[in-house]
Amino acid sequence: MSTTRAFAAASPPPAAGQRNESSASWRLIDRIGLAFAWFLGLLFCAVTAAMVLYLFVQGIKYLRPSMLVTNPKAGFNESHTGGFFDPLLDTVVISIMSMGLAIPIGIAIAVWLSEFGRPSALARVVESTIEMLAGTPSILLALFGTLLFEAPWLGFLSRTSGGVVFGRSFFAAAAMLALLALPLVVASVREGLQAIPSHVREASYAVGKTKSTTTRRVLLPAARPSVLTGSMLGLGRVIADTAIILLLLGNTLTNDGSGSIPILSMLRGTGSTLTSYIFYNAPTGDGDQPGKAYAAAFVLLLIVLALNVGVDLVGRRGKDLRWSS
Amino acid sequence: MDDDSLIDDGPPPGPDQRAERTLGALVCVVVGLVLAMFVFVFHEAWPSFAHNGLHWFGTGGSVDNQIDAIYTSGDNAARAIYTFHAWPLIWSTILITGGAAIVAFVCSLFVAVFIVEFAPDWLRAALQPVVRLLAMVPSVVYGLLGVVVLVPFINNDLISEHAKASVTPIITLDGYSLLAAVVILALMISPLMIAIFVNGLRAVPRGWLEGSLALGVNPWRTMWKVGVRTARPALIAGTVIATARGLGEAVMLEMISGSVGFAPNPADGLVFIYEPSRPLAAAIIANIDQLTSPPMRHTLYAMGAVLLFSAALLSFAGWAAKQPLIRYGLVS
Repeated sequence: MSTTRAFAAASPPPAAGQRNESSASWRLIDRIGLAFAWFLGLLFCAVTAAMVLYLFVQGIKYLRPSMLVTNPKAGFNESHTGGFFDPLLDTVVISIMSMGLAIPIGIAIAVWLSEFGRPSALARVVESTIEMLAGTPSILLALFGTLLFEAPWLGFLSRTSGGVVFGRSFFAAAAMLALLALPLVVASVREGLQAIPSHVREASYAVGKTKSTTTRRVLLPAARPSVLTGSMLGLGRVIADTAIILLLLGNTLTNDGSGSIPILSMLRGTGSTLTSYIFYNAPTGDGDQPGKAYAAAFVLLLIVLALNVGVDLVGRRGKDLRWSS
Repeated sequence: MDDDSLIDDGPPPGPDQRAERTLGALVCVVVGLVLAMFVFVFHEAWPSFAHNGLHWFGTGGSVDNQIDAIYTSGDNAARAIYTFHAWPLIWSTILITGGAAIVAFVCSLFVAVFIVEFAPDWLRAALQPVVRLLAMVPSVVYGLLGVVVLVPFINNDLISEHAKASVTPIITLDGYSLLAAVVILALMISPLMIAIFVNGLRAVPRGWLEGSLALGVNPWRTMWKVGVRTARPALIAGTVIATARGLGEAVMLEMISGSVGFAPNPADGLVFIYEPSRPLAAAIIANIDQLTSPPMRHTLYAMGAVLLFSAALLSFAGWAAKQPLIRYGLVS
């Protein structure tokens, strides 16, 4: 599931003696194969480096500090269309809201799966459901969210005019994005919990702690690196998603609140995030302001790079804490 | 429940049962929500399927014209039009997702074998963040890069004037093409594949590989004949899961595939990979503003239902493929 996990596993020592053996004695086809593997490995590095460099060059060329504090405006050339303060703000707000939902629920599901998991038929259903949720296209979550949040009894969460619920708000988008991040959080936390040896649990039971206290005071603190990793991977998916934002956040240029209570009105209203801003300003979008798209893509890439480094650091620290057996 | 707690879980019931019930209820809510998604989406999609029957999946007429007709008929509920033949969209989905899955599978397998066994340490240390970064880059950024780099390159340098002229009466070739979509989608889904492949290959017992090496088989052969074969379930699972991800990719494909309801025709020869198209997920994004028209809404949800069904099937297949590995304790 997660890329971290694949690499976090301590790499086994290479098979003995292979490193020094030359491939000169191999059959030609094997040598071609190995050369091809080298080529692809280097190609992946080169493509990534090229992408990052290209976005850095373009980003530095087009990004102006003023863009970070001005709002987008409709206009026909780059000097009239403003910056992307609202998309940036909304990216942060929507990330906080959706991770605020996804982390507790994800931890709860992981704890249930790894510590309780009874009856086992239900556990299997839950497992496959989470797996299925991981494979569900985000556009489907967006369509489902539209149906859900247009329901009259959820009308208080978005704009309502004449009895028709608009169904597009920060609440709607955050709820569906939380579903998107959920499988990553569950997988990571569950793996962390399962890596804790059973004698740790038994030691806690032996001093008279209940299962729930053990989970809260012993297991979850021990699994904190996995919780962090899972949250950051989930956050990466939340920030990267566009389809749900386009549908459920309304994709308006600036924040368009609904109601009179300050913060609530913003959350009930519509907006856009960096991803939908890029989509709008790309040459194929309605805005067609590539310079703005480059600048926003650069900022987005910086956020993703920071997350990537974060996952790396936590993974490294987690390795130090690994239970020795 | 209480009697087996005497054996394995020491602590007495009480707060634990409460915790178990609370968590269990929450878990059930999430499962219910996912089930509700299936029910809601299929229910909303039903009118479109009901009006078209199996012809929904068939050919006939221009998809774009049909979409226009369906959308404009929304003004008058009595004369709603539902006629829709989605084959060009489905064909495009099959071509792009299938093509990307094949390309990504070959590349990922070689890279995974390379990472596990043959890469020097410095390159392995570089590939790790590279693969993770590729997995985390937002799809819209891939789309942007495709539009400003790959598409002009294909348009200017790969498609000859002769090729453009050969299909002029039917479609214009401008770089937004199957090729661009397949290349970028393969780049997007291969990190997922690589991660799962590497997991599977690492889980192959060392002794099996060493046995083969001891017989004098060279390391490359050993890896392919023993390692890759043993990790087969992981390969299937990774491919299937990554394909499901590719199937649902909407935004990037909307930007790059050309977004016209055209079915690329293999009979055109090699030019066919330069032809534009539009997969199902991209069609939903492209027509998202038309949700206000009831018949169009049902049609869009029908496209979504087809995608949801295929993606769920693929995830389930991936989950099933992983079971033998989990049972033998090779992968958690």
